[in-house]
Amino acid sequence: MSEASLKSVRGFIESIPHARALGMVTLELGDGIARISMPYDARLVGDPETGVIHGGAVSVLMDTCGGAAVMSHRSEPEMTATLDLRIDYMRAATPGQRITARAECYHVTRSVAFVRATATDDDAARPVATATGAFAINAPHDGGAA
Amino acid sequence: MSAGAGRPRPEPVQVVKERRDAALAALVHGVPYIGFLGITFDRRGDELTGVLSYDEKLIGNPQLPALHGGVTSAFMEVTAIIGLSWAILWEEMEGGRLDPGALNTGNLPRLPKTIDFTVDYLRTGLPRDAYARARVTRSGRRYASVHVEAWQDNRARPFAQATGHFLMPARDG
Repeated sequence: MSEASLKSVRGFIESIPHARALGMVTLELGDGIARISMPYDARLVGDPETGVIHGGAVSVLMDTCGGAAVMSHRSEPEMTATLDLRIDYMRAATPGQRITARAECYHVTRSVAFVRATATDDDAARPVATATGAFAINAPHDGGAA
Repeated sequence: MSAGAGRPRPEPVQVVKERRDAALAALVHGVPYIGFLGITFDRRGDELTGVLSYDEKLIGNPQLPALHGGVTSAFMEVTAIIGLSWAILWEEMEGGRLDPGALNTGNLPRLPKTIDFTVDYLRTGLPRDAYARARVTRSGRRYASVHVEAWQDNRARPFAQATGHFLMPARDG
């Protein structure tokens, strides 16, 4: 994927209102792999007793990162939308720590991209959550040729 | 038919409503993330409907525009967790084993923990309010399965559905 295309994908991700609301930062992008991180935020707490971030906020991160991985794939899809996403929660993210997701788009067809992702906090050896998903894609030349 | 002498008079409707609404409010207001997303719950008897009020910050695709898929997922997960907790709370409250007044003192019930959550995106989430209802398909001592449907303009055309497994909080006794 060209530098210009990657720049436009990065620009698109950074323009997503909900990703901005959560303070997401793109750490790595290219060749079907994306890494996006999100700071700890008291507004995202799901369990007031422990201060642990709500699983829903982790799924937002996973979905965003998965979509970014698809957009950065060398097939250069024009658009993507999540078809399904399954998240497995391994453990509670440690309160106060950033959560970073790494997603890999490991296969694409003309209309579907397959993604797996892992989310970690400071202890990168013990994942907080993993995800698998299928994303709908529009291949750039789809329907263009008669 | 004569009034049964041994049967206690039903409580005034206002008392019953206030007790139930106070318990629900304590459950929902205790979770910051629910407030962050702007989710509220409508109650009809024991039935809850989650309401996600539209806000620009919930957008995931500014070009369409469309709700963020992660927000839809989070909305349904919140609805599942509250629905599951509410089912337990309702049983305890209506059985007289729980005093909803005590819930306001920070003495909230422990929430179920999500084990896994799978979302099917059926249609694009439009930039307007969304609704969701959870159905507890199985509730055991340790695990529960919950199904959630979310819709916008048309109840018969859900824009997403989800299934999740939850680890139940340890209960006394």
